[in-house]
Amino acid sequence: MNSWDLFVGIVRIVLFFSVVMGLVAYMTLLERRFLAFFQIRIGPNRVGPWGLLQPVADGIKLLFKEDMTVSHANRFYFLLAPAVSVMSVLACFAVIPASPGVVVADLSVAVLYLLAFSSMGVYGILLAGWSSNNKYALLGGLRAAAQMISYEIPLALSVAGVLVLAGSMSLVDIVKAQEGLWFVVKQPLGFFLFLVCISAETNRTPFDLLECENELVAGYQTEYSSMKFGLFYMAEYAHILLASCLVSLFFLGGWNGPFLPAPLLFLIKVFLVFAAFIWVRATFPRIRYDQLMAFSWKVLMPLGFLNLMVTAVLAVYLT
Amino acid sequence: MARALIRGLALTFKTFFRRPVTEVYPDVKRTLPERFRGRPVLLAREDGRPRCVACGLCEKICPSLCITVVPGTGPDEVRTLRHYGLDLGRCSFCGLCVEACPVDALAMSSEYELAVYDRDALVYAGDRLLAPPEKKNDTHGKGEGNR
Repeated sequence: MNSWDLFVGIVRIVLFFSVVMGLVAYMTLLERRFLAFFQIRIGPNRVGPWGLLQPVADGIKLLFKEDMTVSHANRFYFLLAPAVSVMSVLACFAVIPASPGVVVADLSVAVLYLLAFSSMGVYGILLAGWSSNNKYALLGGLRAAAQMISYEIPLALSVAGVLVLAGSMSLVDIVKAQEGLWFVVKQPLGFFLFLVCISAETNRTPFDLLECENELVAGYQTEYSSMKFGLFYMAEYAHILLASCLVSLFFLGGWNGPFLPAPLLFLIKVFLVFAAFIWVRATFPRIRYDQLMAFSWKVLMPLGFLNLMVTAVLAVYLT
Repeated sequence: MARALIRGLALTFKTFFRRPVTEVYPDVKRTLPERFRGRPVLLAREDGRPRCVACGLCEKICPSLCITVVPGTGPDEVRTLRHYGLDLGRCSFCGLCVEACPVDALAMSSEYELAVYDRDALVYAGDRLLAPPEKKNDTHGKGEGNR
């Protein structure tokens, strides 16, 4: 690799990183406004026109808050946890293509890379829960670990159906394979499984047992303040953005579509998926912990296997 | 189960497009009911002096003990008002003083933005007690909520 390639690579990383961070900041505002509309409220509208400067104000506030560490916390892991959370999510964005050329790295094993890094996120949460030396935080961390590990299996199974159809693990190839017909049509069950599992992976409301403010205060984030708390929030929203990107890449045809330029189409789809996530959050109550586990192991897993088997058999016989 | 979930989603989808119930308070003030009980005010005669004859009935009936009436002697030995004090920090806006007043010298205004930084400023006396002539209805706004 010569120095020019290195330079281009770094510029790409910085560009992608800033776009992702900007999107993440404004997703918090979008979620707050949309949730407000769902609840017949108005939402934050005082900072700037339509509240557009709210994320900036939040960021400044978080930076200037007192940075506390609990006295009996394990300092090293306490500091490491938010970093691991953010890093594991941001690393995933390296392989997300917005259109054929617009990607940091088009890996041939992108899906494997994604699964590996997104399961690293559990470590951040578990470390945070454990190092805080707080029973609520620990409970939240344990729940998170159990939940994310349980839902990773049906998640991987539903992705496997897509991989069988696309015949590749590169996200660019997967999107190219959907040029005629989106996989949501060929894989309706897989789409449903993926949606459910990814919202459990991102700890969104029907599955937000690790945060669960009425039982666990804020779960693993209880003892965090200032920008460390901000980092967890960034990780959470970056995770949701990643989830929305993946849903549109795997099932909604990525940047395929009529009329509009490719990256714009992709962004619109990501936005719609994210809006659907907010919609679900505004509608459903949190489910009980044993129901959560039973749902993953007894319902989603068999369905995932069924989906994979049917897909594999059909893929062999129809080609 | 799936039907229930979908019905839930449909319901929240409908509420998404409903107009918010939030009142954007300092920007738009809601219409007050006609008989809203705000700060009690002393009504003035045409010459600008209070109509109060310092009978002290309001002071007597006040359940919160927030009214102080000090009578004085005017020209021609007439009982007149020397000092009228109203401690809004104690007032419960019950309106009994207004009902007790035999000469209609008291009224409940529609003023409700009465917060101050100092407790002493809550004790109204003298001209502050008089009803601001045309300002009486200015708290009535258009009670529309908008986004």
